[in-house]
Amino acid sequence: MCVAVPGKIVKIDGDYAKVNVLENLTDVNIKLVEAGVGDYVLIHAGCAIEVLKEDAAKEIIDLFQELQEVFDDEA
Amino acid sequence: MMKLEQVIKALKEYDGEPVKIMEVCGTHTKSIFQHGIRSIISPNIQLISGPGCPVCVTAPSYIDRLVELSLKETYCVLTFGDMMKVKGTQMSLTEAKAMGAEVKVLYSPLGALTEAENHKDTQYVFAAVGFETTTPVYALLLDEIQKRNIKNLKLATSIKTILPALSFICENETSIDAFLSPGHVSVITGSRIYEELAAAYKKPFVVAGFEGEHILAAIYEIMTQLKGKRYQVKNLYSNAVTEEGNQKAEALIHQYFEPTDDAWRGIGTIKQSALKLKEEYKEYDAGGSQEEVIEALPPGCRCTDVILGRIQPVDCPLFQKVCTPLHAVGPCMVSSEGACGIWYQNS
Repeated sequence: MCVAVPGKIVKIDGDYAKVNVLENLTDVNIKLVEAGVGDYVLIHAGCAIEVLKEDAAKEIIDLFQELQEVFDDEA
Repeated sequence: MMKLEQVIKALKEYDGEPVKIMEVCGTHTKSIFQHGIRSIISPNIQLISGPGCPVCVTAPSYIDRLVELSLKETYCVLTFGDMMKVKGTQMSLTEAKAMGAEVKVLYSPLGALTEAENHKDTQYVFAAVGFETTTPVYALLLDEIQKRNIKNLKLATSIKTILPALSFICENETSIDAFLSPGHVSVITGSRIYEELAAAYKKPFVVAGFEGEHILAAIYEIMTQLKGKRYQVKNLYSNAVTEEGNQKAEALIHQYFEPTDDAWRGIGTIKQSALKLKEEYKEYDAGGSQEEVIEALPPGCRCTDVILGRIQPVDCPLFQKVCTPLHAVGPCMVSSEGACGIWYQNS
């Protein structure tokens, strides 16, 4: 039930935004976040619940960078 | 930078004491299967599901209330699809619909606004079920109901909070060594909420995303912490999760809801483990799940042991034999996010 998907804000109209989710445009309520056009948001049940900080690829790289630090600390 | 291959190798070659890691989110359970995580790590690292599906832990008497409301003249129950097949003591919403009840599935609670505005002679009740991820959406719905002066839309609440359930598990199920904290619940609550439990019960709590890499990294982090006898909260889903969570969402939740004791199906009452509407908003309240009496699970059903991480779904004698998604005996088989349902689909 807690499934959420990322999407990119294309247009904002008040509390709602047109968000591109896998090339589909969908209306999403953005009242729970401070987001602008071009931002990636995490969408759950028709609402944006958080603004994503960076692209997914960079996140995975950062993740393994962090693991290396954990590994080094333990070594 | 550490390579994925190194992480996998370390997890594959682990031959120390058996370790039990509980994931507390149905989407993690699914992802573990989809990425074949179990097949690439040591059998000494056991991944076990916890109470990560709000549908599965919703009390049967709450379903009874929804069924009763849906059968009332001029009433219509609005719900997420997951709730349709879950049985109360008598029947499910799907069965009630077959008997002529008004039940409609919505993708977003906010869709209820249009329904209510377009059919003013119908009394709508939204089945507000969920964990922290969904609660702010219900708060937004209440905001809009007031703003638009809608008089024919109420919420029947069964809104659970994950921390008291985790606390219950830490206190009662001592065989669990660490937790994979739920990613999307943590988006709202922040990663900080697990700190007290991590310190008190000496368990690592690692917040993870849903890609295979996220989960492997989280398991690696847990194993490293256990090896070093460190028991900390670590957020490995920092793209979406912050330490303090979504404050705007939290503020809105606390505007409308307050904590209360609640019944968890198969477990019993857990103190302060749910949210109910505050007294000043009672005109929007179609009842909560709090005052319900827990009915026993069907004979032979071991959903309690599954939810508490004591057994894997395959260890239940009913699993895949008499209990299947089409003829579910226990709640964990009904929902697509329930541990038994996920194991069935992937086994």
